[in-house]
Order: sequence, then C-alpha cells, then structure tokens
Amino acid sequence: MISRIKETFKELKRKGKKAFIPYIMAGDPSLERTKDIVLMFEECGADIVELGVPFTDPLADGPAIQRASERALEKGVTLRRVIAFVKDLRESTQIPIALMTYYNPVFKYGEENFVRDAKDAGVNGVIIPDLPPDEAESFIRHSRKASLDTIFLLAPTSTPDRIKKVAKASRGFIYYVSITGITGGMLLLDGSIEALISEIREYTDKPIAVGFGVSTPEEASAVSKVSDGVIVGSAIVKRHNEPPDGLKRYIISLREAIK
Amino acid sequence: MEDRIKKLPDKKGYFSIYGGRFVPETLMPALKELEEAFFKSKKDKEFQRELGHLQKTYIGRPTPLYFARRFTEHLGGAKIYLKREDLAHTGAHKINNALGQALLAKKMEKKRVIAETGAGQHGVATATGAALVGLDCEIYMGTEDMKRQALNVFRMRLLGAKVTEVPVGSKTLKDAINEALRDWTTNVRTTHYVLGTVFGPHPFPVMVRDFQSVIGKEARRQIFDAEGRLPDYLIACVGGGSNAIGLFYEFLKEGIKMIGVEAGGKGIDMGKHAARFAGGSLGVFQGCKSYLLQDEDGNVLGTHSISAGLDYASIGPEHSYLRDKGLIQYTYATDDEALAAFELLSRIEGITPALETAHALAEVVKLAPKLSKENIIIINLSGRGDKDVQHVARIKGIEL
Repeated sequence: MISRIKETFKELKRKGKKAFIPYIMAGDPSLERTKDIVLMFEECGADIVELGVPFTDPLADGPAIQRASERALEKGVTLRRVIAFVKDLRESTQIPIALMTYYNPVFKYGEENFVRDAKDAGVNGVIIPDLPPDEAESFIRHSRKASLDTIFLLAPTSTPDRIKKVAKASRGFIYYVSITGITGGMLLLDGSIEALISEIREYTDKPIAVGFGVSTPEEASAVSKVSDGVIVGSAIVKRHNEPPDGLKRYIISLREAIK
Repeated sequence: MEDRIKKLPDKKGYFSIYGGRFVPETLMPALKELEEAFFKSKKDKEFQRELGHLQKTYIGRPTPLYFARRFTEHLGGAKIYLKREDLAHTGAHKINNALGQALLAKKMEKKRVIAETGAGQHGVATATGAALVGLDCEIYMGTEDMKRQALNVFRMRLLGAKVTEVPVGSKTLKDAINEALRDWTTNVRTTHYVLGTVFGPHPFPVMVRDFQSVIGKEARRQIFDAEGRLPDYLIACVGGGSNAIGLFYEFLKEGIKMIGVEAGGKGIDMGKHAARFAGGSLGVFQGCKSYLLQDEDGNVLGTHSISAGLDYASIGPEHSYLRDKGLIQYTYATDDEALAAFELLSRIEGITPALETAHALAEVVKLAPKLSKENIIIINLSGRGDKDVQHVARIKGIEL
C-alpha cells in the first residue's frame, strides 16, 4: 500500500515546495474543537497534521504541551478515543495524520491492536518520542504489515550510528528535533540545523521534517529552506487560547513562510 | 540458574522482559556514553581505589550491623539485626550511589549534576557528592514533597544546590523525575543525571545496584562475624528499590528468604497506595519496562504514601524479575503500620528510622513473633528519621 505521507512529500518535492505540519493536542479543550482546528489547518494549506495524544507524564514536552495534555486528560481523552476521533474526522477530511503519543498507552493498548485500529481509523503515521528504534522491533514489524508509517526522531546529539539506525527504521519522514531539549524550547538559527541535516542526508534520501522550537514565521521560513518540512507545535498550542481568527491568521502566516 | 541471574541485565539492559531504554533520541548517546564510562570504571583500579577510600573516610563505611536486643525481646521471636545505613554520612544509603555517580560525572568531565528527590535523602546525597567533587548541582522536587520534607530542602540549599520546585502533575517524585529528564534532555552535553534508584533507562538500574551492593557485601561479612552463619531472612522497604537490591544482591545465590515491603498507603484502593505488585501491571514508564500503577488506557495513576520516598508508581525492573523468579517476596505495610513501627523503634531502641524504613520494620513486627528464636533477620535500616519528625508531629496534630 502507498504511504500517503510519503506521497505528500513526493508531490511537494515535484512542485518545489516544503511541507507544513502543524500540531494540535487532541481534546484540548474538547474533541469538537480539535476537529474544527484540523479542518482549519487543512483550509489554510497544511500538508500533514500531527495529532497529539494526551499522557500523564509527557517527559519530552515543555510547559505548553504539558498543560494541553492535562486539559485533554481532564476531559477524559484517551488513545482509544483519539483513534475513534480520527475515524470520525475521516468523513470530513483526507489530510494525512500522524499521531504523536507516548509509548505506554500504545503498550497498554497492545502494539498489534493499536496498529490495526489506528490504520483502520485512517491514521497514516505514528511518532513515539520515548520509543527509540532500538526498542521498537515488534512495533515496526506490526506497522510494516499494516503500512502504517513509523516516524522516528533524530536530535542534535545523534551520532552517525544513530542516524543510520533511525533513518533505516523511519517511514514517511524523519523527524529532526532542532534543539537539544524539549518541545517549545528556544530555537538557535546559527547554521547548526543546516549542518546536521546535511549530515543526515549523507545517510538517507528520506524526507526530513524539523520540529521542536519553531515558533515564528521567520523561523519557519529559515527552517523550511534547509529541510523538507516544518513542524510547529507548542507555538500553536499556546496561541490556541486566543480567538479562532488569531490562530487562523497565525497558521496562514506560517503557511506562507514555509516554501 | 543462579549464575545466569548474576549476569543480568543483558546488553540491552534487560532483566528478562523488564528494563530497557525507553527515552527520547536526544538522550540515547548520553546513555551509551554513561554505560561505557560505568563499565570502564568497574575495571579502573584508580577509580575503585578512590571510591573505596571515600566510602571509608567520607561516608563512614562499613556501617555497623547492630543486634537489636530490646526490639528482639519485645517481639519475642527471631533475632533481629539492623544494617545501620542511617549512620552513613547524610543519614541514608542514598550517598553510596550519589557519591559513586558524582565521581563518574567528574570522570566524564561533566560540569553539572542534577537529580530528582522524593524524601529529600537522594537530593541531599547528590548535593553532598557535588560539593565534595566540585560540581554545580540542581535538585528537582515536587511541591508536595517540599512541604513534607522542609528540613531536607534547607539542607540541600546549605550544601550549595539549587532546589527547583516541580508544581505539576501529582507534585511528587514521578513529576520530579519528569522534570529532571527534561533538564537532562536540554543540558545533556554538560550535565550528568544522578538518578537515585535502580530504575530508569539502562545503565541506571545496574549501575545503582552496583554502587549499593556494598551494603550486602558488608552485611554478609558482619553476620558471619556475629553469628557464624547466614541469616534466614532479609527485609527492606522498596520504593524504586535501591536499598533492597543493595542488601539482597550479595545473597541472591543463598536461598535466603527475602522480603521487599512496598507502601500500602491507606490500603490497596486505586490512588491510595504505592504497592505496585499489589495493584500494578506491566508498563513502560520513565525509561524502562516494569510493574506500573496505571489505568486501562496506560495513563499513570496517582499514588499515596506517608513516606515521600516510597510514593512512586513504578518499581525497579530487576525487582519485577526477581519476583517472577520467586527469589524475593513482596508485601506492603500501610501508613498506620509504618507510623507505629517508627514510634516503636524510637522508643525501644533509641533509633528513629526514616518513614520509608519504617515500612520494613512494620513487616518485621508482623513476622518476627511467628519465627523461632533460632532464626535471624537482617533489616536494612536504610535511613534515619530526623527528616520525618516534623511531618509525623503534623500528622499527630502537634505544632512544633
């Protein structure tokens, strides 16, 4: 089966464009609202949506997404409900969706069951920040069978050995963490991202999208020039409490900046 | 079989199905670096000599193995020995590990150490190790625990550490670990994370066990000196499980009965205890796979214990493994039972134990009378109770 995420990157490359991948926490503050936001992302020209699954202990996340996670949990949003939500969403949009979830909810669900249910619901890819490929052997096996993309992460600290391993295990795209830190940290545009991405490119021709710390349209623009796509998370989650028009204007400005 | 047990964890950090390394990619190279530095240090004669020298002259090892005559007579059964880790420098076993890791951090040329703390003992121990070796130090502690352990907060600051409050989640140990992991992810190039127990991603469980196993090595020698034979029972409280592994590890081959005592809190109802083997199931949390108190969706449950150091949702992976193998039995003591033991030992032996340790004592109070006078029990008296005096007074409604 064809990977919709891979196809999206292929198509963008053909057109000489870069992917815009906005993130939103499912159920913050309600799943109804999340649906509106995903549809708005699509309307504003997003290419892929990264959908967060709330977890009690989000150790790779900064304060903005931690709080979003707490609000969603208070509403009783679980991995199971997020999968059902995607199924419902598929009646309104076909935009590629990558779930971002911590590993324990997947483990508790059962890897095989999770992969099957997520795929059936219309999820295209999965990002699990606390599951390095070293621990993902069975998860990768199940995902390959179901043609669900496994998106692994690389970081500024990754060594050549790690780059090879992560590149090999990744499908859809490789998620390059632009800062040594957690989501929503401060981005440094000092040429180091470009250098590290060129290093990754020595080992793989898979698309590389950059996230963690991208906040302003200027940053998004700079990052898009050296990568295949830009992921914006915390900054959107923060702005999400403003009136919908404010968020929409911001999303449009990001879209315009990513070329 | 026993030799195989001694060889664990395997190369990937697994004790059978438990353990592993479930962390963000950013930390993977640092864990590899730490693993290499640790295994190198084990063969490094100079490192071992320095560690041994500081254990003796700075920590005050060996700690005594004390025959608790009045406690024994009071319970009227087995002979009870206390391994006096409360007499180690800073007042608990935590220093054994913190000092070892501080030396290792220096060896790895890190400038800064960070740590989480629940009861404050590991925070104090890490701040002490950092002061001794000359490293910057920052300790993460949940708001709830800072209230319960105000004395230790002050001690850490006195030792030159920065104490950072963690006001999110349940505001206890697990949230402090999350925050320490976030700090480590951000500052990994310059910072070593001194994890305080036999938990987290490989190599922490094996490394902390190694630094703590000095407890059991000494106790073994000491009980032979005192009684000319091995004990019949070993008992220790289990939060993450470092003091228990520290005592038990050296005796694993001997077929001795070993009991780990978890925090039963207010009883085994959801959210009111920290007895992972009584109410938990297999999960992946804060870097490793082990028993975890979680709901059916894989979210981590709140815990409760009178003792901040046992108030934790998961347990060291090696404990899960040793339980499967039937080598250690696990039980729990409630807040009330621990409190009663805390007061009993103070009154009858002039030794005020930490509330964590009081859970192990509570089990002894139940067990010893059922055993014959020929039997010998060693309890790991893992920490002193000075830090808990204020908290206990508050519980009893006394203003100090």
